[in-house]
Amino acid sequence: MSDILTPTEEALAEAPPPTRGGGALRYVLTKIGGGLVSFALVIVLGFLLFRALPGDVVATMFRGRPATPEMIANLKHQYGLDLPLWQQFVNYVGDLLRGDLGDSYVYRVPVWQKIEERFWPTVLLVGVSTLISVALGLWMGTRSGWRRGSRFDRISTGVALALWSTPTFWLGMLLLAATTGLFPTAGIVYSDTPPDFFSQALDIAHHMVLPTITMVAVTYAQYQLVMRSSLIEEMGADYLTTARAKGLRDDEVRRKHAVPNALLPTVTLVFLHLGFVIAGAISVETVFSWPGLGRLTYDALRVGDLPLLQGTFVVLAGAVIVMNVFADLLYRVLDPRVRAA
Amino acid sequence: MTVPKNQPSPRALAWRRRGAAFTAGWREFAKQRAGLVGLGLLAVIVLLAILAPVITDREGLDVTKATGDRMESPSWEFLLGTDRPGRSVLLLTLWSARISLTVGFVATLLSVAIGTIIGILAAHYGRWVSAGLMRITDFFLVLPSLVLAIALSTVLERGIGTIILAIGLTSWPSAARLVRAQTLTIEARPYIERARALGGGHFHVISKHVLPAVLPLVFVNTTLAVGSAIVAESTLSFLGLGDPDPMRPSWGSMLRSAWLDSAIIAGAWWYLLPPGIAIGIVVLAFTMCGRALESVLNPRLREG
Repeated sequence: MSDILTPTEEALAEAPPPTRGGGALRYVLTKIGGGLVSFALVIVLGFLLFRALPGDVVATMFRGRPATPEMIANLKHQYGLDLPLWQQFVNYVGDLLRGDLGDSYVYRVPVWQKIEERFWPTVLLVGVSTLISVALGLWMGTRSGWRRGSRFDRISTGVALALWSTPTFWLGMLLLAATTGLFPTAGIVYSDTPPDFFSQALDIAHHMVLPTITMVAVTYAQYQLVMRSSLIEEMGADYLTTARAKGLRDDEVRRKHAVPNALLPTVTLVFLHLGFVIAGAISVETVFSWPGLGRLTYDALRVGDLPLLQGTFVVLAGAVIVMNVFADLLYRVLDPRVRAA
Repeated sequence: MTVPKNQPSPRALAWRRRGAAFTAGWREFAKQRAGLVGLGLLAVIVLLAILAPVITDREGLDVTKATGDRMESPSWEFLLGTDRPGRSVLLLTLWSARISLTVGFVATLLSVAIGTIIGILAAHYGRWVSAGLMRITDFFLVLPSLVLAIALSTVLERGIGTIILAIGLTSWPSAARLVRAQTLTIEARPYIERARALGGGHFHVISKHVLPAVLPLVFVNTTLAVGSAIVAESTLSFLGLGDPDPMRPSWGSMLRSAWLDSAIIAGAWWYLLPPGIAIGIVVLAFTMCGRALESVLNPRLREG
């Protein structure tokens, strides 16, 4: 996370190298190929973590509960844990390719079904709060970077740093304590809300207020800080002097020349830090009992439901990888220098 | 070759040069008020954490010997009130500093050590070593590290060691990228070529020339990363993956107890605020120090 303070080095390293020949198709194929390799690594890692590590998987499942040797042997057989490791791996990959993530130990339903019903609430929460925090962060970062050292800059950078230093879940708890009674404290919708679209949407929005504020508060800071320092890097550039010499107003120089260039590294970082956003989602969903993948992860780890935990791990990591491939492709569309190369 | 008597040895010369560089760096650092404030705050907090066994009694952490009432509000006896079993929140916050800071420091050292080794190796050997290592680094960079840390600490036995391992093994990629970039610029300099021409092997070049030149950057990175590690520790502990022993609290596990004991509904702000504020102050102090150090190294970041 510390890398947010040195955006340029990272962004430079992230920028796709100019390709000679080959062109767009080759670029797209390379990026998608890289994404597939990463996804294969996630699958292997998921296996290594949950099956091959020295910790006894079955003992974790029985944590705190008495178990006879027969029960343990039964369970091992049921989950195919008595097979040799390589056989387990082949089965695991085969099942995964068929879209089978195994059965949840606690809910007694396929993991996939559980993940499917929790997927959209997370997308809703993460999507809305990312949009808000990117907009807020870019706007604040532009304002404070352009007038570096002004009162707005000093105060907003201070606030951003302070919010970035706070643990997400604690901020959520404080919000809950400060607004008792104003907003629902748990869930996504009341069970007695009329089923028509408008009432449902309104109720979901009401439930979303606190989780969204919490997510925005901890994530907008990094976008602001990156945008600020990225703009400051651009400030001394010659093309800005040229633009001013042409007689453009200060506002136009900022909007048409400086910001578009400063935006590029920031956009890459927005996607690069999706993992950080997912981490925030796990804490926020846990505190507000939001029925998403984060809360599902917490519930799974609380009761030691390893198949479910493995499923959420593969899905969350996979989602981040997909978004990153998307970011690489988007970068090419956004940056004319890369497009032309 | 003999060294004339009145001339200092090369080693002494090198140390004198390092001393001068340190003094110059310190002077630059001392110009920055935020950095000094951060350093002062850290010194006080670390001192309090180290002295906790001297100025307080550890017995107060024992749930069975708690003297206060259930979630008592602040009074002269308990300046920050009590938790559910009746322990002093002030005492808990003080003792938690020990675990939280230890985990933060050790996990960061682990992560920076891994990152430095991978970064230097990738830049020094180049070609397929670099390609392979950087592929792995990129993979771990985008991977949601909290999810990975949760997975690790679920499978391994719960405790401080596991949390340190989980944070250290998941947070190294940004250090690796930074160190690699820095190593590449250093290896392009002529004095590395000279060392090679004089017959210096890989180990000599890395340990005598590259490492000393990379270390300041690594140090800054460490300072900035400790804050993240402390936040990561609190999150993992909050999710229930910390040390279950009530005699070894951390700020994260305090907040977990506050949450499980419904301190929010009970309006027990004295139970909710201190651990969070402590985390905030420590992380902010590390960030202020780190940013000041960063601008010592990188003059472009200096104001004005």
